[in-house]
This record gives sequence, C-alpha cells and structure tokens, in this order.
Amino acid sequence: MTRLHQFAFFDEGSKKEIRRTILKAISIPGYQVPFSSREMPIARGWGTGGLQVTLAIIGQEDVLKVIDQGSDESVNAVNIKKLVEKTTGVTITEKTAEATIIQSRHRIPEQTLTEGQVLVLQVPAPEPLRSVEKSERQTKILHAEEEYSGAWLQLFEQIMKYGQTNTGADHPVYVAGRYVMAPSPIPRFDNHKMNHSEALILLGAGREKKIYAVPPYTDVRSLAFEDYPFTVESFATEACHLCGATDTYLDEIIDADKDKVYYQCNDSHHCLERVNGVIEGKGDISYA
Amino acid sequence: MGYVAVKGGTEAIEASIERLRYNRLKGERHIEIETILATMKGLVDQVMSEASLYAPMLAALAIKQSEGNVEEAVFTLRAHRSTLPRLYYSEAIETGDMRISRRISSSFKDIPGGQILGATTDYTHRLLDFDLLIENQQEEKQWLQHYKEKIAQLGEQPSSQVFPKVVEYLRKNGLVQTYVDDNREPFDVTKKSLQFPTDRSARLQTLTRGQTGAVTSLGYASMRGYGQVHPNVGELRVGMMPIHLSSQNESEEEQYYIGAIEVTEVESFVPVKGVSEESEEALDFEIGYGMCYGQNETKAIAMSILDQCLQHPSSDFPTHDEEFVLLHIDSVESTGFISHLKLPHYVTFQSKLDRARKGQKGEE
Amino acid sequence: MHDEPILKIQRLEKVFGRGCSHCQHEDTRQLEKNFCPYCGTVYACRNISFELFPGEILGIVGESGSGKSTLMQCLYFDETATGGEMFINHEDFKGKNIFALSNQQKRNVRNHILGMVYQNPTKGLKMNFSSIGNIAEKLIAAGNRHVGEMERVGMELLDKVHIPLFRMKEEPKRFSGGMQQRVQIAKALSNYPPILFLDEVTTGLDLSVQASVLDLIKTIQREMGISMIVVSHDLAVIRMLADRTMVMLNGEVIEAGLTDQVLEDPQDAYTQQLVYSLL
Repeated sequence: MTRLHQFAFFDEGSKKEIRRTILKAISIPGYQVPFSSREMPIARGWGTGGLQVTLAIIGQEDVLKVIDQGSDESVNAVNIKKLVEKTTGVTITEKTAEATIIQSRHRIPEQTLTEGQVLVLQVPAPEPLRSVEKSERQTKILHAEEEYSGAWLQLFEQIMKYGQTNTGADHPVYVAGRYVMAPSPIPRFDNHKMNHSEALILLGAGREKKIYAVPPYTDVRSLAFEDYPFTVESFATEACHLCGATDTYLDEIIDADKDKVYYQCNDSHHCLERVNGVIEGKGDISYA
Repeated sequence: MGYVAVKGGTEAIEASIERLRYNRLKGERHIEIETILATMKGLVDQVMSEASLYAPMLAALAIKQSEGNVEEAVFTLRAHRSTLPRLYYSEAIETGDMRISRRISSSFKDIPGGQILGATTDYTHRLLDFDLLIENQQEEKQWLQHYKEKIAQLGEQPSSQVFPKVVEYLRKNGLVQTYVDDNREPFDVTKKSLQFPTDRSARLQTLTRGQTGAVTSLGYASMRGYGQVHPNVGELRVGMMPIHLSSQNESEEEQYYIGAIEVTEVESFVPVKGVSEESEEALDFEIGYGMCYGQNETKAIAMSILDQCLQHPSSDFPTHDEEFVLLHIDSVESTGFISHLKLPHYVTFQSKLDRARKGQKGEE
Repeated sequence: MHDEPILKIQRLEKVFGRGCSHCQHEDTRQLEKNFCPYCGTVYACRNISFELFPGEILGIVGESGSGKSTLMQCLYFDETATGGEMFINHEDFKGKNIFALSNQQKRNVRNHILGMVYQNPTKGLKMNFSSIGNIAEKLIAAGNRHVGEMERVGMELLDKVHIPLFRMKEEPKRFSGGMQQRVQIAKALSNYPPILFLDEVTTGLDLSVQASVLDLIKTIQREMGISMIVVSHDLAVIRMLADRTMVMLNGEVIEAGLTDQVLEDPQDAYTQQLVYSLL
C-alpha cells in the first residue's frame, strides 16, 4: 500500500506558518525568529531546519541543488534530495548557476550566487552567544539590548591565550549593524560571501526551532578587533590536484598507501566545471 | 575515502537501504500488527506517549518497521504526525470521569472507593518464565475460559465505575488550595516553539511527550538531592477517558463523542511552606501533576515530580531549571543531535586544523 | 556643599511581594521591621532620598537586613526599583529619570557612568576568564574594539591595584580573596566611571588584607576624584572612608550627616546603640 503524501510533505497550514516566519526573518536581518519546527522524516540535527525552509518555499518550477560539506553526492545531501524529489517532483541539478534553491550544509558554493537565487543553510546551533550564556531566556535579552560584550570577550580571551582568535568554522558576524548572528558552521573562508550577497540567504535550525535570514545586499561583517583583523583559512601554496585552483577551499586528503597528502577542491561541482573548462578561476589547470 | 566519497554517495545509500531490508527479512519470520497490539502493549503505549500521537495501530506499524527500536519507532510516528493537519481541539476532560482499570494511593490506607490494583507487574517476581519458550495454546484457552467464568460470577467491574479523587479529601481539610478553573487557551507546543519563561500548559505538554528514560532519570535526580522534590503519590490512576469535540453550528453547540483513550494520571502531594491567615508558618500541600498515554506509571510519577520542580524555579538545581529540563528530554531532538555526529564534519575540522597549525607556527 | 550633585535619588522604594490591604497604604501600614505579617511582603527600601557630590565618599551603614545592599543593587540596576527617581548629572541624561529608561539605556548608563564592586567577587568577575580579560569586558561593553589599547589600560590598572603583571593572564579563581577583590576594583575602574559603588568590599577578608584594600580605595579616590558610595555594616570602614554617612534601619534612613558628626554625636537611639556597642 502506498500512501499519497502532500506536495512538499507538509500540510498547507504548516507551510504557511513557516513562510510567515521566513518573511519576519527577512524583515529583521540576523534576528532569530522562533517557529514550531515539525518533526521530519530525517533526524533532528541532519538538516531538518534547512529542509523545512526548502519545503515551505519550493514550487513546481523550482530547480533544486543540495550539497553537504561542498559535495552534491555526500550521504546527507543525497538523502535530502531524495526526499524533496519524492514529495515534489522538482528538477534536481548539480549546477550551481542553474539552481533556484540551493540547500547546503557547512559551505557556500564557490561560484558567486546571483539575484533570484535562494541559499538555504542548515544550522545546528543558531545562538552565537550560547557559549557565553547557556540560558535562552538570557540570550534573548542580550540580543534585545544589543549587549554583545560576551561574544567579543571570548575573542579577546583567545587572543590573550593563543595570540590569535581561535574560531574555526561558524565565526560570528554582525548583520546590518544590529544583530550578531551565527553564520552556521561555514568555514571563515565563506563568511565574506554573505556580505552584500545578491542571493537571499535563509538559515534554518530545526532542533532549536529558529529561522533567520540575510536579505540580498545586506551588510555582513565578521566580528574582529581593530588591531586583529579577521582572517580566513589559507592553504599556503597548495592547489587542487584536479583543477589546479588556488582560490578555493581545499580538502586535505590522506593517501595512506603512498603516505602522501594531497589537496582537492571541497566544492566538487565547481571543480568539475573548471576541469571541463565551463568556468574559469585562479590557478592553472593541470592533471595530476 | 569511505562514506564521504565525492562520487558514489547515491549508490552507497541505495546499497545500505537494501542491506537494511535484507536484515529484516532474512529470518523469514513475520510479525502481524495484531500480534504487536495484543502482546506488546507496554511498548505500544510508550511509543504513542513519546510520539504524542494516540494511534495504537500506527504505533504498532512503526514498531514493526523499526524492528522494535523504540527511538526509531517514536521518530517515525512523530514524522508522520507532522503530515497531519490539526483540524480540531477536543473539549477539556475531567479525569474524575475516568473509567478506572487501576487506581492506588500510597498516601492513605483507605481511600473512598478503595484501592484497585488492576493489572500490574509491581508484585510479580522478575524471574524469567521459561514456560513461555513453548506456549501451549490448548492450555491457555482453557485458562482463559475459566478466568472469564470467574469474573462473570463477581458481577460489576470497576472499569465501569467512576471514583472520587483522593485530592478532594485533602482539599476538604483545607490542606490543598482550591483554585478556580483556568480556562485560558493552553499553549500548543506542537504549533509554537517554547518561549521562556513558559507557562504550565507548555511544560506539561513537553513533559508528557518526553523520552521515558530521560523523564525518569531527571525525576530520580530530584529525589536524590539534585532537586528539592520528594513527593508522596497521592493517587495514581489508569483508565479510559472519553474524548469529545464540540462544533459551533449556528449558535447551537453540540458535542460529539469521538472515542476513548487510555491514560495514566498521577497526582503527587508535595509539602510546601505556606503562610496561613493567622500569619503563622504552616505546612501546605501542592500537587505535582503527571499524565501520559497508555499505562506508563514510572514516567507519569517522574513527570509529576518534574512538574512540581518547575513550579518552583531555582538556579541551584538543574531539575528546577526549565530550560535544562524541557530542552533536553525530547527523544527526537536528543537522539537526532547525538546521531548527527555521524555526519561528515570535514569542512569544520579543516578550519580548526588551520587554526591549530597557525597557532603552532606562531603566525596569524 | 559646593557643586551640583552628580547623583540624586528621590523617594526610592523597593518592595518584594504584592502587598495586601494591611500594608499598601504608607500611613496606615503596620510592619514588623520591614515585613508585613499578613501577606509576607517585604518593604526593603522605603522613601529613600539623598544626593552624592563630585569627589565625595558617601557611607551607608546598617545591620544586615536594613536594606543598604538592596538600595545599592537598585542603583546599579541589578534590582528594579519599585518606585522613585534617579538623576545623574551627565550631559546625555540631564533631567531624565534614569529608572524610567529602557533596559538598553540603563545598560548604557552602567557601562559608561557607573562602576560596582560586589562583596562576593564571583558576582563581579568571570572566574574562568583571565584577569586582563575581566577588565577588558567592561571596556568592550563601553565600546572599545582595540585589543592593544585595552591591554594597556588593563595593565595600568592591575599595576595600580598591585596585581603582579606576570599573573595578568591567570583566572581570578586561582587568586586569594584579597587579590580577587583588587581585580574587581580594577575592573570597576576600567572605564573611569565618575561614580563607583562598593558593597561590603572588605567583609570576609583578613584584617591586614582589609587594611590594604581600604588604603587602595582611599588612594584611588584621591588620585582619580571618583564619587563613591560605600555600603558597610562595619563602622571602622565607614569612619576611615566616608565623608558623609547615612544610617539605615528596616528599609529606612534614620539618620544622616557628616561622618564625624554621626559617629561622635549620634542623635537616633539606634545609632547611639550602634556606635557605643563598638566602643
């Protein structure tokens, strides 16, 4: 017996509620809007926030791309794609430029997104102040009063102890000069892509039941002191061993047999397009 | 490169799902939904309670599909719940109307209506019964026949009776306050996310769908000293509650009976210090309230403890901190976030690695 | 006095509880100490008015439960005053009742104009952050975003309160009680607040340590000209620090005047008892 599910899984009432939440989020850039967050057929923590946003905004004409850690073929991306395809029948693509909705976990694609595209980011921990204040009630007050000294103090402590800030991914950002926001665990390398992005960026946290947004052309600045500027991951002189790129985020791959380390573009589709000569970038194309 | 291979994820997943199906089928045995419903009531009750969906048949299906894995069954049933629109709210029920199958008080020896043990494992010896390895259908049929005859001779059964509540006795003695009915619209935790501070309706809803083990553990912690509530069970009752809907058609309000659900209800008595009219400090009692679907007594009692803890917020004890309790007892949320650690995290790890290496080299 | 007051408090009230028909009217209420025996409401501060002048130290003395600490918590917004007005002579807030400002604006007042040293250092310090970080926290809150500058100010202040600079990156939890109190003072001073509150800052310290902390406060007050309110149950502390003194009992001010006057020639029976029991 096969049951017919609704288009895009949810009943229309649920979708409407999520869309209202999204509209509010766009109206107050960087502010975490609470929503009821339905249980999904995939587990909490596996992208249910992003998935709910995608399902609430998707229509039959949309073209969807899903990536996880930069890859279209990673298990989580495949899983989410399958669910959306099964419940909507929309066209699925790997081409960044073709997609109208791009759902992603932990990366913003290398290829610059353009007007009309929507980037949906999956968020595990939406509260940038949680490490300094464990209570949700208190962090809400801190945001309301624009009291962010806790977040700054953490960076200051890192500089005192390690001589540099110590944040890995998910380095907090100031949105439109008002709210401090967790950009989701994207590498610092991707933070600047949020600043004045032409595409709308929606961030969904399913387990923590929050949706927030960076509307197009919004000011997004990474938190940094005047005399300790924000820095991104760098790969020194390394280049992608497939496409030769030197301006992309690289994965470090260990070849145990040869006891060798080599580097490869994390954004697998971007790499492929460069190899095929569809797009250009910095670095020589060489076949290793 | 394993499961995060740049290509091949789709095929790998397909193969894994095939393997899962193979594992379920390879024993070449089937369990009928009817068999689960008839023989695994405790499991069905727990799954319905944690999924917050009263649907024995669907719970049994979820149990079958998940091969008896409770966490998976709850998850599946909850996800199904998300696809259902909420069309109505039922009328408030009065648990004094419960058709009792079991009802005890550990606070009073004699209670009006009497103690009714009903069916419970409380007084069994937990010895493995090896006779169950091979059951004799013929013998069991005979036993059943005999039992039914015996019951018939006893006449009216408590399950068709209504009993007064034990708390009314304390109330008559002025030891428990009488409150006016709170007819405010309850908060619906399935339609809105919790906002702190919460109100009691939101807390009770969150507790009743909490993971049985988590609710039990935190209730236990409170009794051991990581909290300040160590209650008496005033009354524990298990029975059927009728559910009604009302439709407001043309100024005329009609009520429809849509069925009955089995619930466990606990009212715990907790002594608190109060100030009496004569300005003397006096001992008063407050009620800790627990209720869950089906027969799940430990969870209902633990819930009554936590309800009382959260009525008295305190930062000194984790069990009195509503954010600590309510944000961590949900099965779908906790198991989901723990299991997400199995997802690849190599972009974030690479970012940390970059920091560590630069730190070591002393560059910025 | 010479100048305009820098801080002016009028009819400050702080009530814990809802009150009942027996205690809601000021004229007819009958309290036991500051407590309504009918409904349990506590009238912690009642009708308190005073002024603080630039560069002076105002002492508030009283037994525990007299309302002196609650008063100070209201002034620093740790507690919300139930009634009354607070005025600060500062260009940004002239003529504005500070109690009526939004929480965000109150935070602004606290970050730029006020400093607080609590009796218990765990309230004023983040015990797991470095000492220099603790000082920076206050500077960050006041808008500083320059690490080098905050480090310089922090070192200067730690040096002033006699914390060896080689220990500045250590967490206060590893320090002795007297050292913790000195770090707290350095933190409170970091944004050079014109007004500083000190709540029982020497209580619980050894006598010799008490003396050095009091000495430090006196020195700072002389050098930086900060106005201070010092709350203490210890008349010796009040005698050493305060120019003027208020005596509180059961939530009310029962006597006020120049410290010497109050201590040498107490008028109120309770103050007399307090002063003579010490002698």
